[in-house]
Amino acid sequence: MTEGDAQSELDRKTIALIEAIATEVRRSIDGGLPPGIKVPVRSLDNVTYEPAKGYFELGDARKTRTLTVNTVRSFAQTLRLMATARSLVAHDDFATKREVYYISKNWGDCRFAEQAESDATMDDIEALASVHGLSREQLRFYPESHGGSVAGRLAVIDRSPATGETIEVDCAALGSGAYSIPHSVEHLGFRTDARFVLAIETGGMFQRLNNHRFWDTAQCILVELGGVPTRATRRFIRLLSDRQNLPVYCFVDCDPYGFTNIYRTLKVGSGNAAHVNRFLCVPQARFLGVTPQDIVEFGLQDATHPLQAIDVKRAEDALRHDPFIAAHPAWSAAIRQLLAMGVRAEQQALAKWGLNYVIEEYLPRKLADEGGFLP
Amino acid sequence: MTEKQPAAATAVEMASRQREISVSEFFLKNRHLLGFDTPAKALLTAVKEAVDNSLDACEEAGILPEIRVQVSDRYGRSRVIVEDNGPGIVESQIARIFGKLLYGSKFHKLRQSRGQQGMGISAAGMYGQLTVGKPLHIVSRVAGDELASELFVSVDTARNRPDIHKKRRLPWDRPHGTRVEIELEGHPQKGPHSVETYLRLTAIANPHVAIDYSGPGGEAVRFARSTDALPPRPREIRPHPHGIELGRLIQMLSTTECRTLLDFLVDEFSSVGRKTALAIIGQTGTQLSERSYPKHIAHAQAAALHRSIRRTRVLAPRTDCIVPIGEERLLEGLRKELKADFYTAATRPAAAYRGNPFQVEVAIAYGGIGNADAERHPPATDGPDDGAENGAAELMGAKDEPVRLLRFANRVPLLYQQASCAITKAATQTNWRSYGLRQPKGALPVAPMAVLVHLASVWVPYTSESKEAIEPYPEILREIRLGLQQCARELAHHLHRELRLRREHGRRAFIEKYLPHIGVALQEILSLGDEERDSMVKRLDDVLRASRAPQETGS
Repeated sequence: MTEGDAQSELDRKTIALIEAIATEVRRSIDGGLPPGIKVPVRSLDNVTYEPAKGYFELGDARKTRTLTVNTVRSFAQTLRLMATARSLVAHDDFATKREVYYISKNWGDCRFAEQAESDATMDDIEALASVHGLSREQLRFYPESHGGSVAGRLAVIDRSPATGETIEVDCAALGSGAYSIPHSVEHLGFRTDARFVLAIETGGMFQRLNNHRFWDTAQCILVELGGVPTRATRRFIRLLSDRQNLPVYCFVDCDPYGFTNIYRTLKVGSGNAAHVNRFLCVPQARFLGVTPQDIVEFGLQDATHPLQAIDVKRAEDALRHDPFIAAHPAWSAAIRQLLAMGVRAEQQALAKWGLNYVIEEYLPRKLADEGGFLP
Repeated sequence: MTEKQPAAATAVEMASRQREISVSEFFLKNRHLLGFDTPAKALLTAVKEAVDNSLDACEEAGILPEIRVQVSDRYGRSRVIVEDNGPGIVESQIARIFGKLLYGSKFHKLRQSRGQQGMGISAAGMYGQLTVGKPLHIVSRVAGDELASELFVSVDTARNRPDIHKKRRLPWDRPHGTRVEIELEGHPQKGPHSVETYLRLTAIANPHVAIDYSGPGGEAVRFARSTDALPPRPREIRPHPHGIELGRLIQMLSTTECRTLLDFLVDEFSSVGRKTALAIIGQTGTQLSERSYPKHIAHAQAAALHRSIRRTRVLAPRTDCIVPIGEERLLEGLRKELKADFYTAATRPAAAYRGNPFQVEVAIAYGGIGNADAERHPPATDGPDDGAENGAAELMGAKDEPVRLLRFANRVPLLYQQASCAITKAATQTNWRSYGLRQPKGALPVAPMAVLVHLASVWVPYTSESKEAIEPYPEILREIRLGLQQCARELAHHLHRELRLRREHGRRAFIEKYLPHIGVALQEILSLGDEERDSMVKRLDDVLRASRAPQETGS
């Protein structure tokens, strides 16, 4: 299969990258110079929003980590971690971040004292690899938390980790349950006749739509985000959307957290992990609701809560500093409208009109006017 | 009211009981004022007074002091023998010097010396007389005399007069010198208040003195001299007008031989010339003139004169009368008796309090506890002996103890009443934390360190006659503080240097710890052989060493 070929191609690239870095270090030593490793600067100064590409991107600033007395420990740790990654790729294995931390316990004096240390070193290597088009998953370092749930008109094509034989999971045939997105999704294939992907903030709302087989009537795929989506969830949606050419609609709470932290992260990524946004962002995503205007149009005024101080601060920060919001006047207007109303509304507020109002009334009405979604 | 009260006394009856109290009687009842309050302290004070006298005499006569101190103890009765190679005492004076309180050569002079009152040694004798009942035993020979004089003297306390029990001439193997033997109720102590510690401190502040000590436990210590140069002889000065008290002024007026007030002011005081004297007289505002006859000046006029002196600007007192130990000698003394990693000393310029010139010296010995060069012979008896073994260590605090203060006034160690002493006050007021030491609030710093402070003055303001602590005048506190700061700065440099060396060492160890891991990682990634790996690590070590070399020499 072509996807398998692409995978082994990426593996070769990963190993070549690690070997190139090691060779460079060795050459410096042979040349009588203190060796160094060039890594991208990960501070926010070096992060820019590219409206054309639609995600936060790491700039060109690079710094060379030169080996000195003060850096000898982290330098040794970085190299040892790279050696670990290389062997993981070579043996087609993986290690969770926690496991990586424990692998280091066999390194004697060089071991990590706590996981925060190993995570930071991993981020450095990841940033370095991202410059060469490689993600952390490619280095075979996986996060501990798994992805969200999936249900609907989708067949996920996976392979057995043990035998390599192909397994197909029909996400429409899981009854009241759902498919759980694995840590690494690069190897997955998809088959679907859905018209769009509906990304839902809360597990409760996902459950309700799944139980009423909303994906069948609306001909879509439901994905549970569970708050701010994990990297696996984001990558899954991205791949699904890319490969099947599907639009992604987001259905989250109407509050600044829902706009900037959940939706914005899914769509353009975060400044914190700018080096991986290019793999994880979902530029195809659009905001179905709940919008501030929905509160008015669906009569939810008396099902709202006042904005907390933290909400107001978050909204004002977004208006002032968030390049994504600034690039989209519709978003600025929506946030201003919310601030003017001084309230927030949850997805569940629609239950005011009956438990299934969201299925029978809200979503069909919204989906009838796709052009009205926020960018 | 049935109880019978003693009949009221009449003035005549009272008069019959009123009589003179001699100074000797007064001190017999108030012996704590002279430092004889406990047997332990009395023993030390007796040694101290005798040694002080010996040193003063030797130095004044220009003789390098060679002192022998012997303390023995039998059932609470101690015998103290102090023998010197001084000029000796003329026989006719021996009885008065040892058998009369407040008799001496130093009280009326303003000159830096150890003793100042003429009371110490006779008080020691009086104490022995009181507790054991034996007179002082003195042998002295003046250079050139064929025989030495031997006297047994006690103090006639009622009349403050010497009482000679026995007197004879005898041959003595010393060409000149004096030997004093006192028997008294004493209690030999170990530790910071021991005779040995006192003598060791004396040796530190007097590097030109050699002392042989044999103690009550049979221990023998020789404190050798580290220099053959006697300190310069201090110059005698006249009092400075600003330090004078009214009573003293009146007394001076009545005893002067000057015939006019002008001459009196110019001749009897230091720093007063004709101009200043005229300014003082002019400001008096009474009938006094420059020609007034000093002996006829009345009390009220004297008081006005005293006020006028205070108001008039007078040159600061001369300070060339002060003889400090000197930084070099101080360091020699410390090195000789106290093993440490680091020494520093500072001699402040002379200053004045209440018209009395004084000078402060500070020295610090830091780190590394050990014994000094003093030759030590093990005690004859095999008794448990912890105090003597670390005689020198007594003078230096342990790592987590407050620093030891070694206090000196005119080269005499001060062992008691540390808390009320100006030196202690100044040391606690100094902020040692800014020099890299630990210091609890309002206390001495905590470090393995000895801080030596020496105050030299023509008149040391002791808090009591027993000369145990220095009065904390602001000027004195200030000078001590400045001296301490000066030494502390040097110490901070030293500590900083040490820290850097330690850190440098740590860095090397750090590099050596992690370099092999870089080798292992590169070996794994690049599939190198063990030999390739090892040679690469070796080369990397060289590279790092080379890249650090400029920093090491640069600092």
